[in-house]
Amino acid sequence: MRSSSATEMSPRRRGISRARARETLTGLAFIAPLLAGLAIFDLGPLVATIGESFTRSLGFGRSEWVGIAAYLDFFVDPVALGAIVNTLLYSLGVLLGIPLALLFAEALNRKGLRGRGIYRTLYFVPVITMTVAAAMVWKWIFNGEYGILNAALAVVGIDGPYWLTDRATVMLAMVIVGVWMSLGYNIVIYLAGLQAIPTDVYEAAELDGAGWIRRFVSLTVPMVSPTTAFLSVTTMISSLQMFDLVYIMIGPTNPAIDSARTIVYMFYETGFIKQDRGHAAAIAVMVMLFILVIALIQVRLQRRWTHYEV
Amino acid sequence: MRSEDRLAHPVTPGRIALHLFLAAGALASVFPLLWQLSTSLKTLRESRTQPPQLLPESFAWENYLQVFETVPFGRQFLNTVVVAVLVTIGQIVVCSLAAYSFARIRFPGRETLFWVVLALLMIPSQLFILPRFQIMQSIGWLNSLQALIAPAIFSVFGTFLLRQFFRSLPLELEEAAKLDGAGSLRIFWSIMLPLARPGLVSLSVLSLVAVWNELLWALVVNTSPTMMPLAAGLSSFQGQHGTDYPALMAGSLMAALPLLLVFFLLQKQFIEGIAFSGTKG
Repeated sequence: MRSSSATEMSPRRRGISRARARETLTGLAFIAPLLAGLAIFDLGPLVATIGESFTRSLGFGRSEWVGIAAYLDFFVDPVALGAIVNTLLYSLGVLLGIPLALLFAEALNRKGLRGRGIYRTLYFVPVITMTVAAAMVWKWIFNGEYGILNAALAVVGIDGPYWLTDRATVMLAMVIVGVWMSLGYNIVIYLAGLQAIPTDVYEAAELDGAGWIRRFVSLTVPMVSPTTAFLSVTTMISSLQMFDLVYIMIGPTNPAIDSARTIVYMFYETGFIKQDRGHAAAIAVMVMLFILVIALIQVRLQRRWTHYEV
Repeated sequence: MRSEDRLAHPVTPGRIALHLFLAAGALASVFPLLWQLSTSLKTLRESRTQPPQLLPESFAWENYLQVFETVPFGRQFLNTVVVAVLVTIGQIVVCSLAAYSFARIRFPGRETLFWVVLALLMIPSQLFILPRFQIMQSIGWLNSLQALIAPAIFSVFGTFLLRQFFRSLPLELEEAAKLDGAGSLRIFWSIMLPLARPGLVSLSVLSLVAVWNELLWALVVNTSPTMMPLAAGLSSFQGQHGTDYPALMAGSLMAALPLLLVFFLLQKQFIEGIAFSGTKG
């Protein structure tokens, strides 16, 4: 114990402040590895990307400052505008899987339903299927000539299109896969939400003579609105970043690429095929802005949307 | 209880319709995988019959061999497993230490720091890719497994998930250990970490799925086939065999199978872990 400079502090308080200092050091030491990694791989790159988005690559690693030119390009470049529209269409399409999931969750939540566990497991299979593998089998299912989807449509007399090379159907096909991939996840989350609803509410409604549809519309839908809000946001955030389906199912030489190119796919093309880093950085920043807007809307809506009271 | 349920819910047309609806959904969920299996066992000619046959006439196992002959599939499989294991171990070490600190160790500025870290969760990963590529290039890590492992270890989400877990644990155990004179590291290692095991399992499951699915970063940073993980390897296989669907299905099924097997073994942890996160692909 040192005695020189501690004249005004009682031994007890000195002990406490020393313990505090020690705790602070320990706390920071525990966090240090994470902070170091985040600084190198996240924070530094974030700042660098934003900086680079105001430059134009001149080749050989050189670049010049162009201000917001890359951003202004989005408003005149038909490819970029197309990518924005495609990404929004895809995201909105996949959102439609959410009400479908609620129907399945509601059906699964019936009292005394047999096989609930098996159904839940099977619904979850697409969630756990490797995205690239799923995209490949769907590409085969959608095949215009030999695909099983068109064979099934032919049975009912429909002449199916070349789904993935036709600009009119390519987005629909991608949305189908997107819904297929996310449905099981949405069902599981809804099921948890439904199971949290007190049963006496339903029993009261049943006694009042409310039928199934009535109970679903005026009880279930409002009661799970927090879950719906959560799922809408997570679905939007992941759909806005869709890359894998375009890369595997469509690809650069597909005649329908202009109707399928998402923003992140365009980011890949621009940054790593054309090697225009400045422009790619601006695209990445735009993805972030989209996501921030969604997050802000969510915070706004959450206040209005989440009413449990009946 | 069970028999009561059955009495209260006899087989009615409504029940049958309910099961038909649920079964249609289940079929739609698993049909693509079954079709993948069926196609993977057909000959090329057989895969192109019109209308398509639901089942192959005889099993054309050579499609599976062809995958190994065309791409270094075994190597890519090993790459994926090594990356998945090391990322998981790394995340558990880095994130649990930070999470414990954010949850339980008191120091000034802790909450502010936590919110700053959490804000990074809102940033889509594309924003990091260009500079990360430059980092890897400058330290000579292009075409290496480290390039796939290192950036994935520092997970904000993993830290958040484990912090929630540590906060839910009772304080008494820690306080008793403190009175006994145990240091923070010892309390963390021998008391808190074992208690957080369910959280660690969730985190492992999530990092396994994330590693298995990661495509964009892998495509960018590892262009040599022997350093690719399965997702990127499959896409290069597709580039070479664009229309040989039996071989493509064999490769993609083999790549997807391990995750599905682990899922069937650890269903509860998978569903809970993924339900907690809200992130996939």
